[in-house]
Amino acid sequence: MNAGEGTVPTGMLAAAAATFRRDVALAFRRPGQMLQPVVFFLIVTTLFPLSLSPQLSQLRDISPGILWVGALLSSLLALESLFRADLEDGTLEQWVISGQPLAVQVLARILAHWTVSGLPLVAAAPLVGASLAVPASAFGTTMLLLGLGTLCLSGLGAAGAALTLGSRRASVLLSLLVLPLAMPILIFGARGVDLAILGEPTRGPLLLLSALTILTLSLTPWAAASAVRISLE
Amino acid sequence: MTAPTQTGLQVQGVHLWRGERHVLRGVHLDAPLGTFWHVRGPNGAGKTSLLRVVAGFLWPEDGKVVWNGQETRHLGDEFGAQMACLGHEPALKADLTARENIRYLVGLRRAVTDVELDAAFSRLGIAEHADRPTRMLSAGQKRRAAMVRVLLSDASLWLLDEPFTNLDVAGVELFTGLLAEHAAGGGVVLATTHQPIPAPGVRTLELA
Repeated sequence: MNAGEGTVPTGMLAAAAATFRRDVALAFRRPGQMLQPVVFFLIVTTLFPLSLSPQLSQLRDISPGILWVGALLSSLLALESLFRADLEDGTLEQWVISGQPLAVQVLARILAHWTVSGLPLVAAAPLVGASLAVPASAFGTTMLLLGLGTLCLSGLGAAGAALTLGSRRASVLLSLLVLPLAMPILIFGARGVDLAILGEPTRGPLLLLSALTILTLSLTPWAAASAVRISLE
Repeated sequence: MTAPTQTGLQVQGVHLWRGERHVLRGVHLDAPLGTFWHVRGPNGAGKTSLLRVVAGFLWPEDGKVVWNGQETRHLGDEFGAQMACLGHEPALKADLTARENIRYLVGLRRAVTDVELDAAFSRLGIAEHADRPTRMLSAGQKRRAAMVRVLLSDASLWLLDEPFTNLDVAGVELFTGLLAEHAAGGGVVLATTHQPIPAPGVRTLELA
């Protein structure tokens, strides 16, 4: 078959969209695996009301922290698989030689990963919030903050996951790499939920978290792409 | 997109170390367009390493790889688009069908139609398996599916690492024919195998 005659090369965004669609489709073929982080999130956060005093006022005071630590740990669970399977089955090599910028492919992977692992956490947030005595008026802001926070974490996690591709048992190393970097997310996220519960304006934490997310998503794909290239050596 | 010169692939004095081992010791290869190279050598001679150096996955300690007159390290993504690789792993997701897998991988490079996919799958003799999940295919069928990807890739440089693994006799013959046809059509083929390649005009690079 002759090369190049009359065929249309795929554009950068079309290729990214194809990667996003395929990743999401793949996740839906294994729904059990996809639901693990959100089930973990639900279980961890319901342990707190069971183990602490069920006094609503006390629960409400600590609920932002519980929500965020739970979301952070659940997201971590899904991070290690971000590139591992693709390294092992040769997909990463195909990405590198596809003629598409690797960082854009990585960004598509980050967004797909967030869609299947971060969004379910956001969807579960009202349920968790209710069990932690968060008033319904704060659900909207909480979900928004959680969405931004998990997206930012997916971005950070991509760099971490790509950097730890070389080591076999990478999950502990990955947590050590990513958790310190995730502290600003935790601080602004929890503060935002706190303010929302108290009924005060949450513009500040929302904007700060948005800025963090944009910064992360514009830098980490490049870092992750470089790390992926190194992992192929 | 026309390259300044159409001189094919040159490997010039490539030295590669893997840890303490000096794997490639000054490898030279001149593969103008239209040539079919058989890279031979005992296990550990560096056949796969050479292919990975050419593909740009490994950086050699010395020497360079030139594609159509330009050093590949300066070409970047553009070089990747002109190259198709068939490695040990077929890059197929077990949960997707062969067709979904190939449509995605080829689709990263160019728009591909169902007609093209059908034609390529029947050419490789796995038309009836195209819509089965890849996990249900045999190793040989996976290899054929991976070859569909190479065939549709629009690449002029084919790098094939042990392409005949897991293939039956008819499969080896089919693959050999496809590789020879690609070279005859003005492409460059670099293939490593332990068995002889029964095609006319095959040149051999012996790695010690």
